Amino acid sequence: MTDQTGATTSDYNFAYLDEQTKRMIRRALLKAVAIPGYQVPFASREMPMPYGWGTGGVQVSAACLTPDDTFKVIDQGADDTTNAVSIRKFFEKTADVETTEHTQDATIIQTRHRIPEAPLTEDQILVYQVPIPEPLRFLEPRETETRKMHALEEYGLMHVKLYEDIARHGHIATSYAYPVKVEGRYVMDPSPIPKFDNPKLEMAAIQLFGAGREQRIYAIPPYTQVVSLDFEDHPFDPSKADAPCDLCGADHTYLDEVIIDDAGGRMFVCSDTDYCAGRQAQGHRGRLSPEAAE
Amino acid sequence: MLDDALNGGFENPPVQSSHAFRAALSALARPGRVERIMGAEAPGLSEAAATLLLTLCDAETPIYLAPGHDSEALGQWIAFHIGAPLVGPSHAMFALGAWDALMPLTGYPVGTPEYPDRATTLIVEVEALTPPTARLTGPGVETVARMRLPETDPFRANRALFPLGHDFFFTAGEQIAGLPRTTIVEDL
Amino acid sequence: MYVAVKGGERAIDNAHTWLAEERRGDTSVAELSVAQIREQLSLAVNRVMAEGSLYDPDLAALAIKQARGDLIEAIFLIRAYRTTLPRLGHAEPVDTGKMACDRRISATFKDVPGGQVLGPTFDYTHRLLDFALEAEGLPPAAETSEAQTGDTPRVTEFLNKGGLIQSEARSDATPPDMTHAPMQYPAGRPLRLQALTRGDEGFVLSMAYSTQRGYGRNHPFVGELRIGKVAVEMDIPELGFAIEIGEVTLSECETVNQFAGSRTEPAQFTRGYGLVFGQTERKAISMALVDRALRWEELGEDNLGAPAQDEEFVLAHSDNIQATGFLEHIKLPHYVDFQSELELVRKIRRDAAEAAMQEAAE
Repeated sequence: MTDQTGATTSDYNFAYLDEQTKRMIRRALLKAVAIPGYQVPFASREMPMPYGWGTGGVQVSAACLTPDDTFKVIDQGADDTTNAVSIRKFFEKTADVETTEHTQDATIIQTRHRIPEAPLTEDQILVYQVPIPEPLRFLEPRETETRKMHALEEYGLMHVKLYEDIARHGHIATSYAYPVKVEGRYVMDPSPIPKFDNPKLEMAAIQLFGAGREQRIYAIPPYTQVVSLDFEDHPFDPSKADAPCDLCGADHTYLDEVIIDDAGGRMFVCSDTDYCAGRQAQGHRGRLSPEAAE
Repeated sequence: MLDDALNGGFENPPVQSSHAFRAALSALARPGRVERIMGAEAPGLSEAAATLLLTLCDAETPIYLAPGHDSEALGQWIAFHIGAPLVGPSHAMFALGAWDALMPLTGYPVGTPEYPDRATTLIVEVEALTPPTARLTGPGVETVARMRLPETDPFRANRALFPLGHDFFFTAGEQIAGLPRTTIVEDL
Repeated sequence: MYVAVKGGERAIDNAHTWLAEERRGDTSVAELSVAQIREQLSLAVNRVMAEGSLYDPDLAALAIKQARGDLIEAIFLIRAYRTTLPRLGHAEPVDTGKMACDRRISATFKDVPGGQVLGPTFDYTHRLLDFALEAEGLPPAAETSEAQTGDTPRVTEFLNKGGLIQSEARSDATPPDMTHAPMQYPAGRPLRLQALTRGDEGFVLSMAYSTQRGYGRNHPFVGELRIGKVAVEMDIPELGFAIEIGEVTLSECETVNQFAGSRTEPAQFTRGYGLVFGQTERKAISMALVDRALRWEELGEDNLGAPAQDEEFVLAHSDNIQATGFLEHIKLPHYVDFQSELELVRKIRRDAAEAAMQEAAE
């Protein structure tokens, strides 16, 4: 087998990374699990894909995969977005693992920007691609300072920022990458998932977060307390588009808005393509389903 | 002796270490759950402990061998298969031994407020992982889990250090269980 | 009826085939060989080796060909390859005092032992397009002379003998390796120099330039710039001594900077240091200026708040592979995040409109 560069993939170790690198990542993953929400520094390697395109998630997946796994990759909730396709192909080639688009059949799911709609089980691992792991980064750009703030549990700045939003807009003006507090200790960036997904962060599966460029790994073990930051008078609101899915009729899923004509006509469809297809297969129909449209 | 040192590694390191890591990850992420972990054999160690060492350790991870597990044969095995420097407790990234021999816990790094991850992981060789003696709650536990522990007070003291503290693996035969610093431990 | 867009995989395959075609260009024009790139675009090759952190002219030339001349893309290819190579051992520190210099100049003295050697430089070329190069042919042969033998002592060492320049602390400690451990701040000088030598030439140049214009000014003179080959030696435990395993071309720059002193310490010049793979003198000089700016604390200077004095700022943003990846990732789909912003903006506007209506009614 040859890849695009002409290099034979068999020249590389199982799941691409060498064993020493995997050990280093595995040690970081175990510490991450032991200290939920704390960002463990790790010596991220240069990957054959650009930083910012999932190198952290790919390294975490590579350190976790066994040949017995079934792997699923989603980007924006969909299996067929170009970067999801590209990462899936990478592991098909380098780890020879089974891949799937069905959430319930996957043992490891690598995701960018979404948590699948179907509840995950104890037998699954969800790997997130993270661009900026530091939730305080936009308030304080210096690593030396944010590290101190986490050490001292000094999160006042974050609350001030959220409260200023309320004063200016009447709402907390953060709609994705909405900060959470894990197990009552570390404020954590859940990666740029829509805040609609935040309540799902308390789940049965192991959640691992990889930020390659920023050289950080963090984790949420199963059944760990994850609280979205809010105020008594402005409780957290996991809002979504106020419409059902136009293909499967679901009124409880996160929706993409699709512009369908020049006149500004639009429709809403589930962002989780596998979930939507599953509902349609079960006979659920929406406003613009093929039958309804005929 | 030398034969012992050269044998007992993985036949297929990428694949065997991947399975072993998943067992360790699952054990630490779900305190109380017993996983199977195998593939390596080292002089005087359970298969689980040998496999865990081979999966996680290398030249970059100083190891402390507690009395009773500090044999020359094991030292040679570690030198050949892992290449880890053997050190005293205060510099150990990993510590290995029987519970009593590993004491006192105060001798091992617990991390710093800036870097709580720079704490020792203790691999405790035990007779058996059952029957349970302690009641566990905390991250990784849906309601309540149970686990056999040598005692409970040290784990309460460890929990009080959070986010600093030690993380533990307990090994017996082909079995492994984990106890991260977050777990709240009570007598059963 | 709406059908969701499918076929990402086919689109990617087609894009790659098209890319390969574009790379080749007009097939009636002869194809470039890797050897041609290595020999005739050698400064591009040098830059790719320096920022790719891999001294291999043939691979760098291949990467440039594959990347269609996009040097950052070529550097990326080299980095991704480099990271898969096993590390067999460590070379001994190279001794640039024993460099066989092709070029060696000092701006601080009219003449120096060992002499000034201009070497193959653009410095005094008039920047006039040479249309003769459009036609192919051999250039006239340059005059040659006997190669100098023996060591070439460093200019800064002459100053050091008189105690006129701050001496560098010597250490046999193994320096940290930024490719094997996560960056941690404060990083310290060994890590700073590692990051700068593989840092983006444009970024390091601009940082250096900013110090010259007053943002952390440190009055540099090029004490010495030398370019040439040095031997790389490796200790072989089985032999019990070090053997030469090859040679590399390096560019080294030492700057002599503004003096520092106090009541207790007499005035002394200070230094900045740059060392880069290949003939890469712009980078080596830039590196020396930025190194010197970053040493403000160690040399007891004030933090003027200049960007080039800020270790975390410089080191966190000097790597062009990190920068280009993160910059370009905003091309990836972000419609889920955007949708959540869309909902929020609509909600805020709806609330504002309702509030205005209510106010008008009252």
